[in-house]
Amino acid sequence: MPALCRDCLTEFEAGPRCPECGCPNVIVHPELFDLSIAHMDCDAFYASVEKRDNPDLADKPLIIGGGQRGVVSTACYIARIRGVRSAMPMFQALKLCPDAVVLRGRMSHYAAVSRDIRALMSELTPAIEPLSLDEAFLDLTGTRKLHGHPPAVMLAQLVKRMKTELGLTGSIGLSHNKFLAKIASDLDKPQGFSVIGKAETETFLAQKPISMLWGFGAAGQANLHAAGIHKIGDLRRWPKDELIARFGASGARLHDLSFGRDSRKVSAVRDIKSLSNETTFDRDLSDADLLDGHIWRLSEKLSARAKAQGLAGRVVVLKLKTHDFKTLTRQTALPDGTQMADRIYMQGAGLLHANLKFAPFRLIGLGLGDLIPEDQGDRAGNLLDPQEAKRLKAERASDEIRKKFGEQAILKGRALR
Amino acid sequence: MKFSIERAALLKAVSQAQSVVERRNTIPILANVLIEADGSNVSFRATDLDIEVVDKVDAHVEQAGATTVSAVTLHEITRKLPDGALVQISDDAASGRLIVQAGRSNFSLATLPKEDFPVMSSSEYSANFSAKAPALRRLFDKSKFAISTEETRYYLNGVYFHIAEGEEGRMLRAVATDGHRLARVDTELPAGAEAMPGVIVPRKTVGEIRKLLEDDDAVIAVSVSETKIRFATPEITLTSKVIDGTFPDYQRVIPSGNTRKLEVDASEFARAVDRVATVSSERSRAVKLSLDEDRLVLSVNAPDAGAAEEELAVAYADEKLEIGFNAKYLLEIASQVDRENAVFMFNSSGDPTLMREGNDTSAIYVVMPMRV
Repeated sequence: MPALCRDCLTEFEAGPRCPECGCPNVIVHPELFDLSIAHMDCDAFYASVEKRDNPDLADKPLIIGGGQRGVVSTACYIARIRGVRSAMPMFQALKLCPDAVVLRGRMSHYAAVSRDIRALMSELTPAIEPLSLDEAFLDLTGTRKLHGHPPAVMLAQLVKRMKTELGLTGSIGLSHNKFLAKIASDLDKPQGFSVIGKAETETFLAQKPISMLWGFGAAGQANLHAAGIHKIGDLRRWPKDELIARFGASGARLHDLSFGRDSRKVSAVRDIKSLSNETTFDRDLSDADLLDGHIWRLSEKLSARAKAQGLAGRVVVLKLKTHDFKTLTRQTALPDGTQMADRIYMQGAGLLHANLKFAPFRLIGLGLGDLIPEDQGDRAGNLLDPQEAKRLKAERASDEIRKKFGEQAILKGRALR
Repeated sequence: MKFSIERAALLKAVSQAQSVVERRNTIPILANVLIEADGSNVSFRATDLDIEVVDKVDAHVEQAGATTVSAVTLHEITRKLPDGALVQISDDAASGRLIVQAGRSNFSLATLPKEDFPVMSSSEYSANFSAKAPALRRLFDKSKFAISTEETRYYLNGVYFHIAEGEEGRMLRAVATDGHRLARVDTELPAGAEAMPGVIVPRKTVGEIRKLLEDDDAVIAVSVSETKIRFATPEITLTSKVIDGTFPDYQRVIPSGNTRKLEVDASEFARAVDRVATVSSERSRAVKLSLDEDRLVLSVNAPDAGAAEEELAVAYADEKLEIGFNAKYLLEIASQVDRENAVFMFNSSGDPTLMREGNDTSAIYVVMPMRV
């Protein structure tokens, strides 16, 4: 059976130890050298970056996340042992782990580190599909001749280089499609390397909980439970058309996934469909002025992203989560798209004021949808707001100043509320 | 209840009713039309709680009574009956169904009790006047294209119907704008309208009113209060709530100092705009107008799709000017012109442009240029 040493990258025929270096860090799998779709997931990425940059934190539990009321975005493995999980509310995390060091994330720094990792990956294949800063799909099909080694070897080398050159660890999932590769990378974290072969796919999935199905959230899972479907294998007892009748379009996908079939390509370019930002407050807010300040800051963030991507949006979406966890979304359309903070703010603030009756809110979010290239947006003036043209000019000028002197060089008074 | 009615008369009444009824209803009774037979006529009443329409039709009533039935279903049935059919409608007390008979077709329809049907509260109208259908038709037809769909500025989602000081004294006026274009249409002030409060007539109401205004000889009784507006012909009464908001001060956005005058045949202009805009795949297609002495060049340049250019002979005697507009907006205002040439008054490429028909200032349009 084909085997690979993760330390010295020797390929050999089975055995508990590597014949070259004698270490036990080996992967053995009948299809090891035939599989080529991989998912790479960094281990506790944000926390690992912080620990790497500040060795004092190395042996302390570390949580990256925002504020008293925010949620955990990443917890290091020490904090995870104490039960802290990502997406857990911060107060709960601190109850489990009161001595944790809590840092607010430095997103732009993580993005820079992510680019370093991306550079290593792009030496393996151009078919990289990033899912976020710290994970990506890689398709190494047909690269064996080019690299002189099968994909498994190159992937083992990738995580090895990430560790030695960047000081970060990651886990690899290797399989024959994206769905399974993503599941595999999660099987053996941290510093894992898991393989799901074609032959074992169906038996492997049969007993797995449906929460493993990617793209089905809590509500989708509840629907499945209601139908008596708890394990992925349960899905196979349903004829495909009955799944479609009951669950709509996703029924067909459920059917395919239950047999481990997934035909989606690893695609380097993902079309951006919408942009959004949201803030969870430290305490529920109903003060119109404070909320208005948040709308402005979100508008600026959104505008900055749209400008960076060269996009404008024709729909502005406001998302509000009330104190009792009800989510409201309201949207309004602009006939000519915009990327300007001022115009996004005007729409966002209008939507907010129409919905203040639902306050207090615990979260507020703003999004831009129906995206078009920026040169097609912000081309028409506003008859009813003759001052708008001036404000937009001021905004473009402020953008230039920020480019030169940094983000905080110039702010609107509104941003300080 | 039992009556017979001409298919054509029934169809007219029921189609008016079903267009007021909201397609997606959470309150079942709102999907129904209230049918009341009494004396020598039958009335059909439908509402969406904002608009109420009552249509009184002559019929041969054998037995008075009232019930409610699905407006859409009754409309569909009537529509599919043969022309000239006599329709007999009766309610079957035992089964609670409405029986519709015509020739050899028989239908029995579920009903809901008439007591549950919401009737719009009556209102004290502060102005009651009569207006000729063509005058009202012109007010709404020429302004409705500019009604905004933006929900945040809900007070723009209708036509501002009010009295204003025009160039020839006090006028009855309709204004609509979405911030990109504006339409202002005047008509003579009818006697009795002097005390009318300004109201914003919602988009849906504008569409419904339009159906009352088809007949050129019709005289419409209009009643207006701060919260409601009513349009009535002898047969149909349409009552609508108005939008509770303040319409912006539109006068200050109407340019008065634009001096560069372009005169062009409106339909020729519209067709040329439509032709050149074809090459653009953008969702808001921009057309550039390049003006020189007695010459207008319309052009569209879409880098990845192609380019188009068309020259028109026009009357223009000012300095050279290049200005861009949304093609759709240009087409819409140009199509408002029906008798004379379209006259455009420009200032600069960044300022609002005014358009009117010849020298007629009773209907003017303002459109914002766009960067090209």
